Amino acid sequence: MTPKRKQKLMLIGLMVGGLSLAIGLTLYALSSNINLFYAPTQIVAGEAPEGAEIRAGGMVVEGSVERDTQSMKVRFAVTDYNQEIWINYEKILPDLFREGQGVVAVGRLNDQGELMASQVLARHDENYMPPEVAEALKLAGEMPEAAPFIRNTSNK
Amino acid sequence: MEVLYLPEFGQFALILALAMACVQAFLPLIGSFTRQPLWLAYAQPAAWAQFTLLAISFVLLSLSFLFDDFSLAYTAANSNSALPWFYKLSAVWGAHEGSLLLWLLILAGWTFAVSLSRGLPAEVLARVLSVLGFVSVGMLLFVVFTSNPFDRILPRIPVDGADLNPLLQDPGLIFHPPLLYMGYVGFAVTFAFALAALWSGQLDSAWARWSRPWTTSAWAFLTVGIALGSWWAYYELGWGGWWFWDPVENASLMPWLTGTALMHSLAITEKRGVFKSWTLLLAIFTFSLSLVGFFLVRSGVLNSVHAFANDPERGFFLLILLAVTVGASLLVYALRVPNLKARVSYSLLSKDVLLLANNLILVISSIMVLLGTLYPLILDALGSGKISVGPPYFNALFVPLMLLLGVFMGLGPLTDWKQMQWQKLKKKIWLAGVITLVLGFAVLPWVYDGEWHLYVALGLTLVLWIFTTSFRDLWEASRTKKGWLGISRSRLGMFFGHLGAALIVLGVTMVSNYGEERDLRMQIDQPVEVKGYQFTLKKLIHREGPNYIADRAIVEVHNPKGRLINTLTPEKRLYTVRGMPMTQVAIEWGFLKDIYVAMGEELTADAWAMRVHYKPFVRWLWLGALIAALGGVLAITDRRYSSKKAQEQLTAINKGGV
Repeated sequence: MTPKRKQKLMLIGLMVGGLSLAIGLTLYALSSNINLFYAPTQIVAGEAPEGAEIRAGGMVVEGSVERDTQSMKVRFAVTDYNQEIWINYEKILPDLFREGQGVVAVGRLNDQGELMASQVLARHDENYMPPEVAEALKLAGEMPEAAPFIRNTSNK
Repeated sequence: MEVLYLPEFGQFALILALAMACVQAFLPLIGSFTRQPLWLAYAQPAAWAQFTLLAISFVLLSLSFLFDDFSLAYTAANSNSALPWFYKLSAVWGAHEGSLLLWLLILAGWTFAVSLSRGLPAEVLARVLSVLGFVSVGMLLFVVFTSNPFDRILPRIPVDGADLNPLLQDPGLIFHPPLLYMGYVGFAVTFAFALAALWSGQLDSAWARWSRPWTTSAWAFLTVGIALGSWWAYYELGWGGWWFWDPVENASLMPWLTGTALMHSLAITEKRGVFKSWTLLLAIFTFSLSLVGFFLVRSGVLNSVHAFANDPERGFFLLILLAVTVGASLLVYALRVPNLKARVSYSLLSKDVLLLANNLILVISSIMVLLGTLYPLILDALGSGKISVGPPYFNALFVPLMLLLGVFMGLGPLTDWKQMQWQKLKKKIWLAGVITLVLGFAVLPWVYDGEWHLYVALGLTLVLWIFTTSFRDLWEASRTKKGWLGISRSRLGMFFGHLGAALIVLGVTMVSNYGEERDLRMQIDQPVEVKGYQFTLKKLIHREGPNYIADRAIVEVHNPKGRLINTLTPEKRLYTVRGMPMTQVAIEWGFLKDIYVAMGEELTADAWAMRVHYKPFVRWLWLGALIAALGGVLAITDRRYSSKKAQEQLTAINKGGV
């Protein structure tokens, strides 16, 4: 092998090695940093792990929002029109959080099966429903007709 | 009323533009195979015609917005007669259809600019324009068939429009999409140059040289566009974050990363004639990633904080477009590249190899972002559940990669092309290294709050490393007869580019480690404390704006010494047309810190949930991006892109392969 070839081979080897190392690390980081989505029915059935970070969501039950006026605590129920779960939160709810609309919350389940949320997401657009929520509702056979996927018009 | 006929002319112009794009794409292609110069010559006038027609179409759509023509479905959905004129105009690109038209107009604009460039052989120009024509044809088909902004709602014309999304009623959003698109679409030019070079088989350094200013301009636009988006998200969304690893942000970051790699790799290819095939591949990838981003954002497949139209038909069309573009260009690449042979050697310690390392890191970062963005989609398609990939994933991979990149960013400029003795390099960098380690790692991290944090130390070390090595490089460049004035624009460009990157790292380090974010309850006249600053809610006011009603809080801010520094007035607005609430944050800004107050919810008549942020050095992020972009501008204006002498040098390089 000529020295030039050797050098080229070394470079290619480095590149391939670096790339595969990077992809391996990436997949590893992915596997430990993903949050699975669970619908209320799944959580009530005990399918969601207790203590691990998960995402949960559904429609906010009308009239369920309980706000403590002396602290930041707030709790509300979400439903897939089959089962309900309670979500506890201690931060400011997003602007577009409203009763009767879809939300997704990130957090951990406590031993009473309530979600202690670290983040609550409602979307920029009032007509938008998170796809997970839409699917969970569809599975529960309770897709409200007008709500999801009406033309969205927001842009970044 | 005459105005009512405008949209039909717009549509007509759009269809004619499609016809012109076809001429621009196909005639030169046929001409180059049948060797008929006349057919090649069609490209330029066709490009001009296409640009004119798209401009007409765009102006007519804008007029429909200005004159409140709500017979157009698009206008009715995104505008309102109560909007001020500048938001009526920016509402043109406020949603899907119009932003596509803007995309096309910008593509035609870039094409027009390319067609005017001097010194480009006619045949090369025709090929480049032809490739750009193909891109335009694909996108125009998409607009005409799935996303026509000129669709009418007849006969029942709404009395008034549904209003522009209040989040977009902001000066930042007037400029953000056009700048971002200038960047995305600008990479189409580099892509076209690369494909034209592959097509002709003339893969000398000339194409790299022609591509460089275009790539750098696109990169500079994209940099400013992303920074503007980040700044907008910071003050407009009311969360106080500047980067969320949101899929839409990732979509703009991926082409930026590979674009940055491309800029550097073009430099090697132009100067040294090596890594040609790699550079070509990067050019293809960068534009492909722009399209991928476009697909992700526009097809609605992703669950993003940005809500977009979810239309399977559009998604499918875009996917086909994407597959054809990527597939065809990679096919051309695969057919042509084996003929490439570099006759140049380099040793392992050389600028060539260091730049290659920089390229690898950037490309790996980009792949990592792509994986994180697509992973939920792939799992979902496989039926393994709905997941989301959060910021911890991206941070865990991105931060170390950028640290590594920073090390090379310091070494690269001080290293010679082709080969360098380690002794010589050591002589150049030892001082910078010592200063960096002593000040950056050991001393400075203590300054801010008297404690040493590893992440701060790493960040500051990196910042100082880039600073010191960049200054050393500049100092070396100044050691000519002309002194500091003799430094070339492109050298200065590199200096500012790297300086900007260092400032961004500085901003990120400080704000991530010393920033404080608190959601707390504020009652009238009961002060609360965040980071030593006292916040007192003095009054709550109800007020009415032109198209919204608002609750306003008057918050006094006292600094740790007890002096009143500002009275902030955040608002919670309700935009009445859409019934959409909005948080209007109040920021006391400064170079060293931002104090950020936003209203959450009403708790009782005299108490609100409020969000208070303390953000040290956050402005440096955007300042850094602007300085980096300025570096790009300096590099483009370098005289060697226009001077005759440089042209001759280039020919010499091509003949001798250095």
